[in-house]
Amino acid sequence: MSDASTDPDKIEGPTPDNAMRAAKAADDGPMLAADGTPLKKSLAKSLRVQKMRALILIAPLLIFVLVSFIAPIGDMLFRSVENQIVSDTLPRTTARIDEWDSASGETPDEALYEALFYDLFVAEARREHTRLGTRLNYEMTGMSSLFRRSGRSLDDISDVYLDQFEDLNEAWDEALPWAELMGDPDWIAEQQAFDEAGEDGRMPRFELREGAINEFPNAAAAYETFARFSQTEEEDSPLEEEPYGLVHVALYKDLTENGYSQYDGPRADLVQEADAAVDGFESIGFKEGMIEIDEDWGNPEIWTTLQMYSPDYTTGYFLNSVDMQKTADGPALRDADERIYGLLFQRTLFMSLVITFSCIALGYPVAYLLSNLPARTANLLMILVLLPFWTSLLVRTSAWKVMLQQQGVINDVLVWLGMIGDGSRLVMINNQFGTIVAMTHILLPFMILPMYSVMSTIPPSYVRAARSLGATPTTAFRRVYFPQSIPGIGAGSILVFILSIGYYITPEIVGGTTGTFISNRIAYHISSSLNWGLAAALGTILLVVVLVLYWAYDRIVGIDNVKLGG
Amino acid sequence: MNDNQGAEMAQAAETDSFVAFERVQKSYDGETLVVKDLNLSMPKGEFLTMLGPSGSGKTTCLMMLAGFETATHGAIKLDGVSINNIPPHKRGIGMVFQNYALFPHMSVAENLSFPLEVRGISKSDREDKINRALDMVQMRSFAGRRPAQLSGGQQQRIALARALVFEPELVLMDEPLGALDKQLRETLQFEITNLAHELGITVVYVTHDQTEALTMSDRVAVFDDGRIQQLAPPDELYERPQNSFVAQFIGENNTLEGVVESINGNQCTVRLDSGDIIDALPVNVANKGERTVVSIRPERVEFNKERLQEGAHLLKAEVKEFIYMGDIFRTRLSVAGNDDFIIKTRNAPDQRRLKPGEQLEIGWLAEDCRALDA
Repeated sequence: MSDASTDPDKIEGPTPDNAMRAAKAADDGPMLAADGTPLKKSLAKSLRVQKMRALILIAPLLIFVLVSFIAPIGDMLFRSVENQIVSDTLPRTTARIDEWDSASGETPDEALYEALFYDLFVAEARREHTRLGTRLNYEMTGMSSLFRRSGRSLDDISDVYLDQFEDLNEAWDEALPWAELMGDPDWIAEQQAFDEAGEDGRMPRFELREGAINEFPNAAAAYETFARFSQTEEEDSPLEEEPYGLVHVALYKDLTENGYSQYDGPRADLVQEADAAVDGFESIGFKEGMIEIDEDWGNPEIWTTLQMYSPDYTTGYFLNSVDMQKTADGPALRDADERIYGLLFQRTLFMSLVITFSCIALGYPVAYLLSNLPARTANLLMILVLLPFWTSLLVRTSAWKVMLQQQGVINDVLVWLGMIGDGSRLVMINNQFGTIVAMTHILLPFMILPMYSVMSTIPPSYVRAARSLGATPTTAFRRVYFPQSIPGIGAGSILVFILSIGYYITPEIVGGTTGTFISNRIAYHISSSLNWGLAAALGTILLVVVLVLYWAYDRIVGIDNVKLGG
Repeated sequence: MNDNQGAEMAQAAETDSFVAFERVQKSYDGETLVVKDLNLSMPKGEFLTMLGPSGSGKTTCLMMLAGFETATHGAIKLDGVSINNIPPHKRGIGMVFQNYALFPHMSVAENLSFPLEVRGISKSDREDKINRALDMVQMRSFAGRRPAQLSGGQQQRIALARALVFEPELVLMDEPLGALDKQLRETLQFEITNLAHELGITVVYVTHDQTEALTMSDRVAVFDDGRIQQLAPPDELYERPQNSFVAQFIGENNTLEGVVESINGNQCTVRLDSGDIIDALPVNVANKGERTVVSIRPERVEFNKERLQEGAHLLKAEVKEFIYMGDIFRTRLSVAGNDDFIIKTRNAPDQRRLKPGEQLEIGWLAEDCRALDA
């Protein structure tokens, strides 16, 4: 007579279930549908249409979320490791910087300085060197000004050669001879036609003439870079724009390395004249020249930094986020007075926990009261709980500023009551206390609502049953009511904790210096210091911390125990 | 119920009563009384059912006894001691709730262990008692399950075991079988009464199902309008209802209205509004000329003249409808202007099946026809 006897598995004799089991046992194959196809297959087929329909229904939102939310976040997170700016701006330098042994304590050889000069010269023409300086300045202060200063003075080196070539023959400082020397005749014709037409539009793309790169390995490459840059960035015709000094530097190098007495290409007159004269040219070493431009280039530490940040991807931002930095011996903690993010993370977690527990302590009795009142009264009081939502966040936060400041309402009242002296007004704003008070107030509804909806589903008969079984009111609450309200506390806590861990506006306004969160630092890096990589790394760490806490919560309490209602 | 009867009951309560309500009143809003002057006395070991329509005050009485509501006036006594000011957890009363109220976050064993733990009973004793209680309801193998993993009937058994596990002398049950289907309800009715008698516990059982009340109880208290309308064993309640509410509420009933024509000890005649004269038993009519409602059970109506007393008054009747119900026949007649006069006859081999339109004469034994308040 136990109900278990109604369990279909236990009934013996002919029932539909048993008949099917018997049939299955008879031919141990897969279950078949009426038309002979395997049952699983025909089930999947009949469900496919439903699945497709569901997918179509959610498609607009899915696409919206993907495009406007997931993709930007993914891009932002990617910035935390992305470091292509160094190799993009200094391609020649990064290609060979690994040949240099940073542990030697010596400055690199001439070749690396030469590569750096070429890279910087091009970058300066494109005005990209300051961006790189800003980027590297995150890792080593002084980099930004070093790059800016160097950019201004690169001409000191190139002018040495430019002047000598110009003294030799004015043609070397003109546009056309260079174009004829390097350019493909077809391209020259097209470019001339384009220039004469004077129309807007794309210039015919510069092409080196056949053999130029073999005859002038350095100068041809330098000129090609110049011509392309001139065409696309400046929109000047290379036939009319005299090339920058880098081509002269490169040409000097070609002339000294190769013999051109047999040269019979275009402008052979100029080349042979220069080849004959080049031995008498005054020359300047790149290393010597760079160090003269800025003596920091003689500092191996600068080169160490460049070497460390030359790869396309870097852990530098993340190390920075945890108060570490790259050194020649691997990652190491920064000096004690430079550590800031560890403290901020700790403070963010600590304050979020304090805020969460304050919300539990303040919200639980309210939710309990609400759930035990008659529906009409409860609804009225619920409006009071929700009232803050109808007021702007800024207004509420500013109101706390008015309340808590030293000349504010609370201090005035305390002084008036004589509880504190006028000279010893309490400091309650622009510190942790202010942030905790204001954020507890702002986040309280997020705690009360899930608690209330869970508590209102707990029937009063449970506590009554516990009382009738002999439990005191305290025991009945502790052992019967409270355990059933935990899902509400869990949901509220997760909500409040995750909201507060990423909160920005309130700590910004009332937090001062001791009450700010990591999010304020992220915002600073996004909008003021423009170090997006670091901001992205900090954001990624915050995201990971939240996910880890979520996972831990799931392991300890169980995410199934989180209820927002019902 | 008049004051005289109330006083009599209160007096009865003083002798040999385990549970007693003495002149108990209850009001929630200070304007209307939900329970009006309730007097009730129960001996130890009795199975008493409070039966009544919803809003009749029966559940309020149960809650006052359990301690979840306070009496506005009067005393509730348990074993001679007033428990008005004793909180629920000190009353030692077992209770089974309408929706079982099994703690969802505890296993079956933990649910049963709860009342023992709060009483500070040692672990080994607890295990013994839990096992014994689970055996009582044949649920031993379910000790490790959660309430959500049990069917309604199984939950009900566990709720019962939990109310019994700490061996209370008094157990209250608030419509415990209300949520179950008919067949399961009948099985459990039987189980609960057996268990109550075996253990010798006193049970106060609240229900609005009269069949349940009649089959389970030693005595039934019929509630209406905040008062006990009649407190009697099931057979007496059915056969000798004290007033027209009880007669209507318990079982099926034919009523005819009229005026008392003559009254002579425990026999009276009533002139119906149609002019016919019938014999009846005066229950709460005292004087000639009083208006009355007479009540006759369908199965006590007789149309076989041989079984009627000599000289009994007969009424003309016309068959309106014949319903075959298997074990019985249910026939609807038109009698003295009442078109809904039902008679029930047993499906016996010699039983006549009446046909619609048939004219016949019906009558009854005078003591089966009760002249009640109008």
